[in-house]
Amino acid sequence: MKVTIKDFDDIAVVEVEGNIDSKTAPEFERSTKLATEKSNIIAIDLTGVEFMSSAGLRVLLMLYRNVKAKEGKVVLVGVSEEIQDVMSMTGFINFFKIVEKQDEALSFLKQD
Amino acid sequence: MATDIRIDYYPTHEQEGIKFRRGHVLPFGATMVPNGINFSIYSSEAIDCTLVLFERGESAPFAEIRFPEEFRTGNVYSMIVFDLDYERLEYGYRMDGPFNPEKGHRFDKSIILSDPYAKAIGGRDTWLAKPNWDDIYPYRSRLVFEDFDWENDHPLETPIEDLVIYEMHVRGFTQHPSAEVKNPGTFAAIRSKIAYLKELGINCVELMPIYEFDEWENSKENPVTGGLIVNFWGYSTVNFFSPKAGYAATGKFGMQVDELKTLIKELHKNGIEVMLDVVFNHTAEGDHRGHTISFRGIDNKTYYMLTPEGYYFNFSGTGNTLNCNNPVVRNMVLDCLRYWAADYHIDGFRFDLAAILGRDQNGAPLSNPPLLESLAHDPILAKCKLVAEAWDAGGLYQVGSFPAYGRWAEWNGKYRDGIRKFLKGDDGLVGKMAQLVQGSPDLYYYRGPTASINFIACHDGFTLYDLFAYNEKHNIANGENNNDGGNDNDSWNHGVEGETEDAGINQLRHRQIKNALSILMVSQGVPMILSGDEMGVTKYGNNNTYCHDNELNWTDWGLLKKNADIYNFARHILRFRRAHPVLRSATHFQHRDYVGSGFPDISFHGTQAWKPDYSDSSKCLAFMLDGAHAKNGTIQDDMIYVAMNTYWDALYYELPVLSAGRNWYLAVNTSMPSGEDIFEIGKEPILSEQGRFLVGGRSTIILVGK
Repeated sequence: MKVTIKDFDDIAVVEVEGNIDSKTAPEFERSTKLATEKSNIIAIDLTGVEFMSSAGLRVLLMLYRNVKAKEGKVVLVGVSEEIQDVMSMTGFINFFKIVEKQDEALSFLKQD
Repeated sequence: MATDIRIDYYPTHEQEGIKFRRGHVLPFGATMVPNGINFSIYSSEAIDCTLVLFERGESAPFAEIRFPEEFRTGNVYSMIVFDLDYERLEYGYRMDGPFNPEKGHRFDKSIILSDPYAKAIGGRDTWLAKPNWDDIYPYRSRLVFEDFDWENDHPLETPIEDLVIYEMHVRGFTQHPSAEVKNPGTFAAIRSKIAYLKELGINCVELMPIYEFDEWENSKENPVTGGLIVNFWGYSTVNFFSPKAGYAATGKFGMQVDELKTLIKELHKNGIEVMLDVVFNHTAEGDHRGHTISFRGIDNKTYYMLTPEGYYFNFSGTGNTLNCNNPVVRNMVLDCLRYWAADYHIDGFRFDLAAILGRDQNGAPLSNPPLLESLAHDPILAKCKLVAEAWDAGGLYQVGSFPAYGRWAEWNGKYRDGIRKFLKGDDGLVGKMAQLVQGSPDLYYYRGPTASINFIACHDGFTLYDLFAYNEKHNIANGENNNDGGNDNDSWNHGVEGETEDAGINQLRHRQIKNALSILMVSQGVPMILSGDEMGVTKYGNNNTYCHDNELNWTDWGLLKKNADIYNFARHILRFRRAHPVLRSATHFQHRDYVGSGFPDISFHGTQAWKPDYSDSSKCLAFMLDGAHAKNGTIQDDMIYVAMNTYWDALYYELPVLSAGRNWYLAVNTSMPSGEDIFEIGKEPILSEQGRFLVGGRSTIILVGK
């Protein structure tokens, strides 16, 4: 798994590539924490993620709770249909706004 | 950092690169602790214990760590192992000790044993996916995340008398293609039917067993279809703390816990409680010929009731009997129910063959069973519904006498039998009926009507439709030469056995279903309907479909259209119950007027008002509820008059005279065709003749006085 953090004005974009499972989740978590230190407006781009395990989903939820506590916003980008299915069946999806492309995320996050 | 402040967060021992230390004795099971996992397990007679660790799905373990002697406290072995991948880990135990069945010991250290306190089990992750039969460890203990985000969810704590329970099989409910759902047969699929459940009007689903079981248990060829007979119902627990992975669309990812919790959260959001059918009377290990999965190899003598010769008592009819009133097993049951109540927000439990839970370690019935008492007084279970199937397969029948401690309700088997006999027109039942519609005060005088779970059909036995379509059971497909299943069905086919084109018979069958639903919904107590009965599901006369993963158990949603009249009726009669609090009393009637309304809270009538006919040949009973006495006079409701006629021909019933200014309106008349058989609340037509009503043969009417 590879994580890149990019800044667009006030928005932190976390791009992930590879699988997020219990082996890689700790690193993913560290990256999301880094991002939340920079900003409370965050896009997580999962276009390059094929599989996300329970541990990965929990990192997302922790991020959501963190950002929400700071009255920020989080958007998920490019979540594969399979991962969306799993998120839907396990309830995680209810916490997230999901869009297809990064620019959609940016324009959504730029609205107040 | 919190992880650094305790010195016991660091290892003291190492074996082949795996670091560990002495663990915490409580809680039992495997628990995430900072930097590692705490393992704790009990055995009263083992002399040695080894922890066996697997990477998920691997055929051989990556480590076996013997508990050093100093890690044992009393009879508990505990150890913290560090740096394990909790998501990919599968673990088990080897227990060494005597193999001496006559003394009750069956230790065998060659077998890897599942943890009784495991929170998930691997090995049957996808329903009926072919298992690896050569696996050295087929039912693998796993850990789960226990940090589900419930937001503000809370068990609903609906007063039990206001419930309408819907008994459902997770897979059967949506597996049929006609269900048109994305992941048939799963927890997720039930979620997509919540709108349907709401429209029907139930407010509690009772899920048939969802504790991990093995659908492959005793599988064999179906003698009729050549297909496979399996354990479909799941009354055979492999692990009490784990949800059935094969019931989750995400089971293959190990996320069944989240999927089930999401379902429960969503049901709660829609005002629907969740009750679990729990099987604490036996386990999947069978008798002395059965497999050793867990309990037998860990502590046979503790977990099972044994005969003096060391064989298994069989009060469950399935090979063994869990030793529920052993203090250690009692604690396990309590821990388990607390876990489901606290971690899964379960609203109530229905205990399969609960009479067993009141037997002592030699099988004798106890007058004051410690387990039942503990459950009744437990602080965590304090608001949970506790419901007993108050009999067992060893002949202990406790309907009306189950030790209740002011808490326990019962599946009222006598209600089922009485209503069935009455509806088919048997003699001598009018007196009995008068008791049944009151919530069986003859059985539950001191406990109130809320002790009575009223039902006419459940998973065991005929469906409601089959009750009126078959005289005999038709169980050949079960592979036991039609010897399994009960013979006391009190059913009647109305002239032809099974399906028929005869319109008159079909019409009569539908009317009988409506009679049954009507009586059930106007009876005091807690009504329960079998999932699918609201649309007339059939099992083609099979009254014991425990083993069929096919159309016999899969709800055919096409019946909603085919039997639209039944569904429409069911929906409205459930609304009728909900609209009238006088039908849902928490206390028994007093047969007197204690609010000064001029009418007693309940009165009985026959074809003549105020003169019920309790004679042996009578087939007529009517009763009137005074709305001024609703909920002990705290709520004003309408008058309700119910007349039942199981005579073959129509009879005039003289109606009680209402107080001035009130009139009788027709809510239900089961002898009328669909559209005129039941009316919406508030749209009931006024009776043109207020003094009497011609009640059709084998029909029920309900009037509202307002």
